[in-house]
Amino acid sequence: MRHLISISDLDREDISYILRKAEEFEDVATGKRKLRILEGKILGNLFFEPSTRTRMSFEVAMKRLGGDVINMTAQEATSIAKGETLADTIRVVSGYCDAIVIRHPLEGAARFAAENSSVPVINAGDGAGQHPTQTLLDLYTIKKECGRLDGITIALMGDLKYSRTIHSLIRALALFDVRIYLISPEALALPEDIMEEVRGEVKRARLEDVISEIDVLYVTRIQKERFPDEEEYRKVSGSYRITAETLKKAKDEMIVMHPLPRVDEIHPSVDTTKHARYFQQSFYGVPVRMAILSEVML
Amino acid sequence: MKELVVSKIREGTVIDHISAGKALLVLRILKIQPGTALTVSMAMNVPSKKMGRKDIVKVEGMFIKDEELNKIALISPNATINLIKDYVIERKFKVHPPEVVEDVLKCPNHACISNAEREPVKAKFYIKREGMRVTARCHYCGRKIENLDDYIS
Repeated sequence: MRHLISISDLDREDISYILRKAEEFEDVATGKRKLRILEGKILGNLFFEPSTRTRMSFEVAMKRLGGDVINMTAQEATSIAKGETLADTIRVVSGYCDAIVIRHPLEGAARFAAENSSVPVINAGDGAGQHPTQTLLDLYTIKKECGRLDGITIALMGDLKYSRTIHSLIRALALFDVRIYLISPEALALPEDIMEEVRGEVKRARLEDVISEIDVLYVTRIQKERFPDEEEYRKVSGSYRITAETLKKAKDEMIVMHPLPRVDEIHPSVDTTKHARYFQQSFYGVPVRMAILSEVML
Repeated sequence: MKELVVSKIREGTVIDHISAGKALLVLRILKIQPGTALTVSMAMNVPSKKMGRKDIVKVEGMFIKDEELNKIALISPNATINLIKDYVIERKFKVHPPEVVEDVLKCPNHACISNAEREPVKAKFYIKREGMRVTARCHYCGRKIENLDDYIS
């Protein structure tokens, strides 16, 4: 049985394999081709924290492949949490379905769930920890839109300290021949231990200094819920904002990515530029999750 | 005249060359708690040629398993073990940190599942030794601990 808990569990070859598989599913994801390879299979979505697109895209991926989905929402999870341990919930639900997708506020919850599950577990975000399927769809977007992963120059901008998306992505990018610029306020800089892990082509920079050089600008939301107090949040939010004007010096083929939802870090004026790829990126979540689901269930 | 700080034992386990001041942590690692039926003697800050000062722990009537003793390397990588039989050293060895420990360290990350109340979860860490420096990484949340003394459970 295979679980998908952390991007660090995958090597370069595993990642390339999933991305190749996702490409094969792309026309199924758009509904152009019918495929029912997961018919008779049931996916259990366990969301202990609210989520819209991750939960929905897993559901769409499963249904496009002919499978079925049972959902436990954050609200139902709250009532379960009153009396039942996560270990027991997993033992029960793994008896109902063929694979589990879990999002949980505690770090390491997905790994713990996998240890208590009789079916494969896919991590859809564990607190400030890992979110490997987001990373895979990010890599897929870069590969599709830039034509390659090796040799690209990417700038990661925004909350580099608390963003699990960034932490996972940076570890995965380190497996490829990629140059990475880090753009963030001092208070939201990448944690030292991750810096240490990905030594090499990682440098702190200012956007205006690297904008004409980069192939990808990856922007993240400054997440209010990760701050200890509102004051600290207010100090830095809004200080890193992209507009169409900001991108004037960018290469024509440079793409702007964002894991969504955005608040005000990307101005709507960017949406109509040739650089915007965040909605496409969001769609790519479907073929990538199809590849993952078929991989763990077949 | 030479004077023994702690008397010789007839049979049991002697843990020598413990970094000064860490004898109590050693007992904690070995889960030797108040109320134990074992005869345990301990010396702290004993002068030592090699170390300047050191601690010593002697546990009478019991040969502690190697895997338990090796956990001492987490906080005192220089410690040596003497297993004694009839007042004679039967076996002597240096401790080596295990690759994985369970239920010895506590994760400093409050948001880690290993700290969740009521969950049937054991804190598990992967240990790395670089020279005299021993570090641990949480199996669940990935948090790295450098100062292991502070996180003995």
